[in-house]
Amino acid sequence: MTFLVPLPVALPLLGAALTLVLVRRPVLQRTISVAALGATLVVAVLLLWYAYRSGPQVVRIGGWPSPVGIVLVADQLAALMLAVSVAVTLCVLLYSVGEGRADPGQHSPVVIYHPTFLVLTAGVTNAFLAGDLFNLFVGFEILLAASYVLLTLGGTEARTRAGTTYVLVSLLSSLIFLTGVGLVYAATGTVNMAQLASRLDALPDDLRLALQLVLLLAFGIKAAVFPLSAWLPDSYPTAPAPVTAVFAGLLTKVGVYAIIRSETLLFPDGRTDGLLMVAALLTMLVGILGAVAQNDLKRLLSFTLVSHIGYLLFGVALGSVAGLAGAVYYVVHHITIQTTLFLAVGLVERRTGSTHLDRIGGLARLAPLLGIMFFVPALNLAGVPPFSGFLGKLGLLRAGVDAGGLLPGLLVAAGSLTSLLTLYATTRAWNLAFWRAPRLADPDAAPGLPALMVGATTVLVLLGLGLTVGAGPIFDIGVEAAEDLRLRLPYVEAVLPGDGP
Amino acid sequence: MTPDVVLVVVVGVLFATGAILLMERSLSRALLGVILFGNGVNLLLLLAGHPGGVPIVGITPAEEMADPLPEAMILTAIVITLGLTAFLLALAYRSWQLIGHDEVRDDPEDRRIVRRAERDQVSGPDDSTTEGPLAPDGFGGLDPEQVDPEPPPRRFDGPATEPPQPPGGTAGPR
Repeated sequence: MTFLVPLPVALPLLGAALTLVLVRRPVLQRTISVAALGATLVVAVLLLWYAYRSGPQVVRIGGWPSPVGIVLVADQLAALMLAVSVAVTLCVLLYSVGEGRADPGQHSPVVIYHPTFLVLTAGVTNAFLAGDLFNLFVGFEILLAASYVLLTLGGTEARTRAGTTYVLVSLLSSLIFLTGVGLVYAATGTVNMAQLASRLDALPDDLRLALQLVLLLAFGIKAAVFPLSAWLPDSYPTAPAPVTAVFAGLLTKVGVYAIIRSETLLFPDGRTDGLLMVAALLTMLVGILGAVAQNDLKRLLSFTLVSHIGYLLFGVALGSVAGLAGAVYYVVHHITIQTTLFLAVGLVERRTGSTHLDRIGGLARLAPLLGIMFFVPALNLAGVPPFSGFLGKLGLLRAGVDAGGLLPGLLVAAGSLTSLLTLYATTRAWNLAFWRAPRLADPDAAPGLPALMVGATTVLVLLGLGLTVGAGPIFDIGVEAAEDLRLRLPYVEAVLPGDGP
Repeated sequence: MTPDVVLVVVVGVLFATGAILLMERSLSRALLGVILFGNGVNLLLLLAGHPGGVPIVGITPAEEMADPLPEAMILTAIVITLGLTAFLLALAYRSWQLIGHDEVRDDPEDRRIVRRAERDQVSGPDDSTTEGPLAPDGFGGLDPEQVDPEPPPRRFDGPATEPPQPPGGTAGPR
């Protein structure tokens, strides 16, 4: 079934080309982009099935033998990330289609929105499937270039300002990443990750540590890990709601995915675990304290986004199977929930004209359904049982307790505290925006919300609830993926048959 | 194989100048920084390979070929940098169109905190929605936790330009 592997990259790119040709036919354009992403979702789910049943699916582009040519690899981790992110992206696309139909040309300039959105998806899928470092870089560049365009859609003053910071920071991280690729190539003579696994092992320890730190720095900026995270809450909130939602769900997670991949496959000796744990601790606490101080829903959510990256990093830093499995489940949960919340806030903005907590209130009475769509994922994010956020945090905290020691202990404490503070931040937002006396920043806002936007958000809320129901199977995949990651052998053998590390 | 010292020094100089320019506030200067930095990275990639003859089978014996892979990577990197340079230039132009310069200003949150510090103000509790530069319009004195103030309003009111109510005022919904 290896012919499926390149399709998640090829289908959105094809869709992007078609939608670009059909700029003057909005209906056809929407149909094509939804169809392209729908087909990608089917392929991603099939890939997950095959990866789960019969191990990593590998395709060698152009038939070149492995260390020479480009390989695309769909192992369980990649396929799971692929399936979840494409599902979420499809929901966001439906949401923006609903928005575009409700007021054509107002919020999303239809002409370039759809092609760019599809290119962004192609970049994300390419990064997940990449089997060599340089292709990973290209995947990052595709998704970043698309994200620059999406972030500055319309070119208003605020977006130009936010876009400038965002583009410069992302460019810097890309240049650091490229430097890392160059240094790795100079040291080992290859960029194929399976081959790197054995060649990096043969390098002197300190040289390997230096290479690891360069790559970690680049991925840390992309994943918004604490000292490198200041760009995120500054730039994300200014973008249109669906764009912020898809950025929040996917872009930082691609960085986390790259960290997981490089920490397990390329540098398994765990010399940076202590550093990663300190970074995770600070990311959690500083991020959530930022969220507590915010008065704007979008900014508040951007800070919780940064904060919860800390949990993922914690799982990776533990390095145990339980830690990695917890991190994998938490990524799935966090992609879904954070996107849902941003979409719900987009609906709030549409209904009231603002996301500023001082200017809105009483939404629970004005729009009860919207209240549910915010409240359920908010509790989910905070980790209230029985939602998936609770299960994910429980898995990570248990892995931390099992690991023992001072730093993991501190992190378990910080994780619990962060969970509580998240609950405080989200219930505070709930009290201010949804409780109180009804109050709209823009009294002329249309009372009804487009059915498609509400529908897409509802589907995501249900998907988030489904993560609780399907927690068993997803955790199983997480554990198997984590075991494969720890062993390294399945990945290497799939890419380079007969050449273990 | 030892890399060429001149190239190594050039890479170092390009990285250093690029990094310094990147810290500038003006976008066009930062853009120059990106270009210098990017070229430094390209040269570094070139150093990662080894020199030699044309890497074409049949013209150069395999042992004397230059490493073609870094060159392919550099080509890709150049294309990407070119595209993004064009995008940044467009962004700088747009910024100049809108505000007359291309300096990146502070984050709104930072500016708010600076304004507060200048007035020696601390941020109030959530229910004191009447203070600070971002005080909303026409919500003065209303207990925000109270769901049904008298008389029960259906859609809240008031044009967005009204001045804020004094703290502790008893203005209900008008």
